[in-house]
Amino acid sequence: MHAAPENVRAHYRALAQWLAETPPERLLEKRREADLLFHRVGITFAVYGDTQGTERLIPFDTIPRIIPQAEWELLVRGLKQRVAALNRFLHDVYHGQEILKAGVIPAEQVLANEAYQVAMLGLDLPHQVYSHVSGVDLIRHEDGTWYVLEDNLRTPSGVSYMIEDRKMMMRLFPELFERQHVHPVEHYPALLLETLRSIAPNAMHEASVAVLTPGQYNSAYFEHAFLAQQMGVELVEGPDLYVKDGFVYMRTTGGRQRVDVIYRRVDDAFLDPLAFREDSLLGVPGLLSAYRAGNVSLANAIGTGVADDKSTYPYVPDMIRFYLGEEPLLANVPTWQCKRAEDLAYVMGHLSELVVKEVQGSGGYGMLIGPASTSAQIDAFRARLQANPANYIAQPTLSLSTCPTFVERGIAPRHVDLRPFVLSGREVKLVPGGLTRVALKESSLVVNSSQGGGTKDTWVVD
Amino acid sequence: MLSRVADRIFWMSRQMERAENMARILGVTANMVLFGAKDRQEQNLLAPLTITGTAQAFEERNQSLTLEALVAFLAFDEANPSSIYSCLRDARDNANEVRWQITSEMWETLNATWLEVRGMRRDRAIGSGATQFFDWVKERSHLFRGVTYGTIVRGEAFNFSRMGTFLERADNTARILDVKYHILLPTVQDVGGALDFYQWTALLRSVSAFETYRALYRDQIFPIKVAELLILEQRMPRSLAACFDQINHALEPIEGQHDHAVKRLAVELLARLTHADVEEIFQGGLHEFLTSVLADIIELGNRIQRAYLGAV
Repeated sequence: MHAAPENVRAHYRALAQWLAETPPERLLEKRREADLLFHRVGITFAVYGDTQGTERLIPFDTIPRIIPQAEWELLVRGLKQRVAALNRFLHDVYHGQEILKAGVIPAEQVLANEAYQVAMLGLDLPHQVYSHVSGVDLIRHEDGTWYVLEDNLRTPSGVSYMIEDRKMMMRLFPELFERQHVHPVEHYPALLLETLRSIAPNAMHEASVAVLTPGQYNSAYFEHAFLAQQMGVELVEGPDLYVKDGFVYMRTTGGRQRVDVIYRRVDDAFLDPLAFREDSLLGVPGLLSAYRAGNVSLANAIGTGVADDKSTYPYVPDMIRFYLGEEPLLANVPTWQCKRAEDLAYVMGHLSELVVKEVQGSGGYGMLIGPASTSAQIDAFRARLQANPANYIAQPTLSLSTCPTFVERGIAPRHVDLRPFVLSGREVKLVPGGLTRVALKESSLVVNSSQGGGTKDTWVVD
Repeated sequence: MLSRVADRIFWMSRQMERAENMARILGVTANMVLFGAKDRQEQNLLAPLTITGTAQAFEERNQSLTLEALVAFLAFDEANPSSIYSCLRDARDNANEVRWQITSEMWETLNATWLEVRGMRRDRAIGSGATQFFDWVKERSHLFRGVTYGTIVRGEAFNFSRMGTFLERADNTARILDVKYHILLPTVQDVGGALDFYQWTALLRSVSAFETYRALYRDQIFPIKVAELLILEQRMPRSLAACFDQINHALEPIEGQHDHAVKRLAVELLARLTHADVEEIFQGGLHEFLTSVLADIIELGNRIQRAYLGAV
């Protein structure tokens, strides 16, 4: 928020003034009201490994994170560029594999990747788009540079919090929205529906869309139900669907009903027990054959994971140059790939300064944050790293930008990241904003909700 | 509407109605055991098990048949799928799965009911607290039905909810009448006479029909009139005729692809009760009549399941 400790950056001035005018008791009271409302509405997430099926609230911080419009527009250009290149890459690796032939990316990096799906070879998708909903995690360095932390191209979640956080802020502090123009984000479900319809296999009739969820015990079930309801489409589970004569149908009280587009929030491995994991009860037998026959569209496509895992990440800037002939507008965080001997040697010698992550990991699990770890923890991690170097990458701990956050002892700076959602179909669109996650523990860099992270409303302002 | 969603809504409503009916049966049983003739004690205690078809499951527990053991089994036993506890839990779980297709008030009513019964002391329904507990269950069911009626859009969710409620209620009224008639009337000669006033009023009260009987007949309580009221009287909301009327109303607007068999049976059942005469029913045998109606109710439930809700 502060460019230098005493100067408030221009776009935060209205908020800073309001914060100064508002008595702390009122903020506290409003925060309690927010907790109560979130509980009543049931905006909760299930915690994995909790056999009681407990539902918890993701902590909501009442102080918004603000981005000036000019800065946002730069981000949009960078995001569109990056997602366009990633989609080109996905089409390429399942078709001509030009980027491998050109030697820009080692063939084994792609073809031996466990997320690479041979089932996708040669399949032509509408508009050649694979990742229809992309959640790109960004961080802003203290010096003002934005970095891409990771690309989420499988089933990125969190967009419901973006919308609910905004609704909550408008309800709690309507006066804030009178002071400055905040760009709206609530039309996201309408844009999502438009995107999903634009990839329907058959343009002859109004496309029938459904959201496929693993069910109520999934940690993001709230979001699946929320999006289905907001789009006015059915929320289905695997057993609600079946494949007959190459088409996908829903079982309804009025008999069978064709489904043209499935916004699936079920992982690749569980989509079709005939093609992938045969023990999956979440999927639809025969779905892959209907998909390959071009009779149903999936968002996101199968096999997008090959483009977003952490070992592919270092190659994204080269993808942008290769496919688009442009220089990347958004920077990558410098990354050491532990599968390379020289990188591994460097990482081993600097573990106490680095963040080390599993290539396929997510949710903030299985990682080492060097500066915040004890020497015993570092030694334990060193052994795991040595045993399987190819499973890890390492990055420097960047000085992340902080944002004022309401904590127990008042308002204090906390680290934040930002996940905007890029929608790609016939056109590429995104709403001005995203999910801001905040590390609520002092000086913590982990923002994942499963590890004590919270969320904030994100404002793009004129 | 998705078949699975319709199924959860249908069963959510059935289970809430079933909990209410169980509370009614247990309430009247407690009453009869306390105030009724001592020589009918065992019959009265056995009746709820017969009505709910759980006599064998109870026997397997090797407990002596006391009011306390009966209430523990039928009200609070988590392993007994027909207990009030299990019905309230299952109704809530079904609602949880379709929270986005029902109103938040409906969900909150079922969730609050479940949370309360889960935290309740098990001895609360024994002795002096029994009536209070059974009344509480009835009130929660009334609340749920009222909230449903007052908040949900008139569409398929509403219709499947009503179907579940009235199918369960018809089933219960038929069973309760069949079993109680058998206990209260050992011989056919007694049919016209007024006997055992307390037992008959208890039966009427168990289906909220005591005041209705008084208002409609302005007479002493005659068994044949009780049967007429509970089977044929359209104006009496727990009668078989009223239940089938509601079921037909709920079925009519639903456009299924293969639902002729469902709609035909529902209309037949209603016709059989609308154009019936209670004397005629008694000539053929009340028990035989109720047995055949019960079989049709079960068949109707199966047909609803097959035509709309997906395979069981």
